[in-house]
Amino acid sequence: MADAQARKVIEMGYGGNERLIMNMGPQHPASHGIFRMILTLEGETVVAVDSVIGYLHRCHEKLAETLTYVQYPSIASKTDYVAAMTSELAYVMAAERIGGIEVPTRAQYLRVLVAELQRIASHCLWLGTWCLDMGGALGGGATVFLYCFREREMVLDLFEALTGARLLYGFHQVGGTRYDVPAEWAERCRQTVNHIEKRLDEYESLLEGNTIFLVRTQGVGVISKEVALEVGISGPLIRGSGIPYDIRRHEPYSSYKDFTFDVPVWESGDCYGRYKVRMREFRESIRIVRQVLDGLPEGPVSSRPGVKSVGQVKLPKGEAYARVEGPRGEVGCYLVSDGTTKPYRMKWRGASFSNLAVLPWIVPGHKIADVVAILGSIDPVFGEVDR
Amino acid sequence: MTVEEATQLLQAEFGLTVTGEDPKRVDPLHLVATGPNEQWVEVARFVKERLGCRYFVHLTAVDWKADGFEVVCRLENLEAGLGLTLKTRLGTGTSCPSLTGLFRGADWMERECYDLFGIRFEGHPDLRRILLDQDWQGFPLRKDYAVDTAHEPYR
Repeated sequence: MADAQARKVIEMGYGGNERLIMNMGPQHPASHGIFRMILTLEGETVVAVDSVIGYLHRCHEKLAETLTYVQYPSIASKTDYVAAMTSELAYVMAAERIGGIEVPTRAQYLRVLVAELQRIASHCLWLGTWCLDMGGALGGGATVFLYCFREREMVLDLFEALTGARLLYGFHQVGGTRYDVPAEWAERCRQTVNHIEKRLDEYESLLEGNTIFLVRTQGVGVISKEVALEVGISGPLIRGSGIPYDIRRHEPYSSYKDFTFDVPVWESGDCYGRYKVRMREFRESIRIVRQVLDGLPEGPVSSRPGVKSVGQVKLPKGEAYARVEGPRGEVGCYLVSDGTTKPYRMKWRGASFSNLAVLPWIVPGHKIADVVAILGSIDPVFGEVDR
Repeated sequence: MTVEEATQLLQAEFGLTVTGEDPKRVDPLHLVATGPNEQWVEVARFVKERLGCRYFVHLTAVDWKADGFEVVCRLENLEAGLGLTLKTRLGTGTSCPSLTGLFRGADWMERECYDLFGIRFEGHPDLRRILLDQDWQGFPLRKDYAVDTAHEPYR
């Protein structure tokens, strides 16, 4: 009798018919923020995922309605805090579109320069943490992570010399930029990108010859073109799925049309494809940085250099949607002005929010361990998801 | 698909007027069309299938106080470089048809819009709060919701 009961328990446990609900997060080392996935499992296979977000919600959109066009840009950097330069830029570009405000060429070049340096820093963070998530097989645990952080620090040092801040800059303002490059900075910048370019080869040789890395990324988390478009993913994700959508090329802003660069595309749509796209983007960013430094024109850095008081920028009635190509994709700002010094309505189209919404369409069918690899390849920043 | 073709098609099919985001300057990537709430899904389907705007960018709302809510949705045709912002006024109500049957990205965007504006998207399969707690009182992005409204302490 006792034997029969014991057998029954074993059959239920290993029969594959029972489902288990498992929480992954909110505090999970692979989520790089506070994010909870409620996974429904059959054995080790995920059959459904419910994402719970909002742990970092600060209601930026309400906050923006209470702050003026002069005050808000430095707050905008707190949405995507590992790529603060791009979110600030989206906001000030929206305001400039409504007001028809000119931006001097030097400021436009500086905007491109910091955006590309930011992309390098952000991709360094992505590569390091992603490889850390996938574990000790990749060059002994934290190796790639520490290498990437070492290089990212160099870029952050550049930003510190430029703006006085390492992560949240307040660099952009309506009409231009707040700071000009200090003496000797350009030379230091050149040395830094030369150094990083050499290191990229090192990363690639560490990873692309590693069978375990290839097995864990190739064919994992495939996003089809149709899903990519319907969900509205952008950045390296959509380009990793074979759609050459890059706003720098699609709708060139801030003098991007002056520079020569390629838009890397990979057809496979899996984690490996997204990895390849980002690795090539590193090099394209370095290419653009060099062109900016070579061609940086003289002149003022802002068409409104004296903007000091918080109420000094007043926009006419109107609306605009401005977007920039951030490291994670389309960072959009939909701004409605009612003719005062504060926006009537401001909407953030966070790249990470739309990118993360693809999870329920790609995760089911994978093993739990793959969820970590997929999440890392999406590279969400929860400040931008939750806003 | 050019701006003229898109304008003509929307005019012929639904009688909608297409303008630039800034009325003085027509930019193919920043077009705006306002349609009636009853035809919201039909217009979106037409824009997706006939104008080729298959890329879902964002969906949100604006609270125009006494004039009611306005739902805003931006769709884009990446190959042709055509970006269209669709708008619809909800009048005195807070109900709008859902686009989840057309665009998978509308799922989270409509949930966010419901969460912060209290707009009910009819036909949404899973309309619950996404950013705030499920038991949150009120809808923060409405203009009558003061910034310093007190809320229950977190558990």
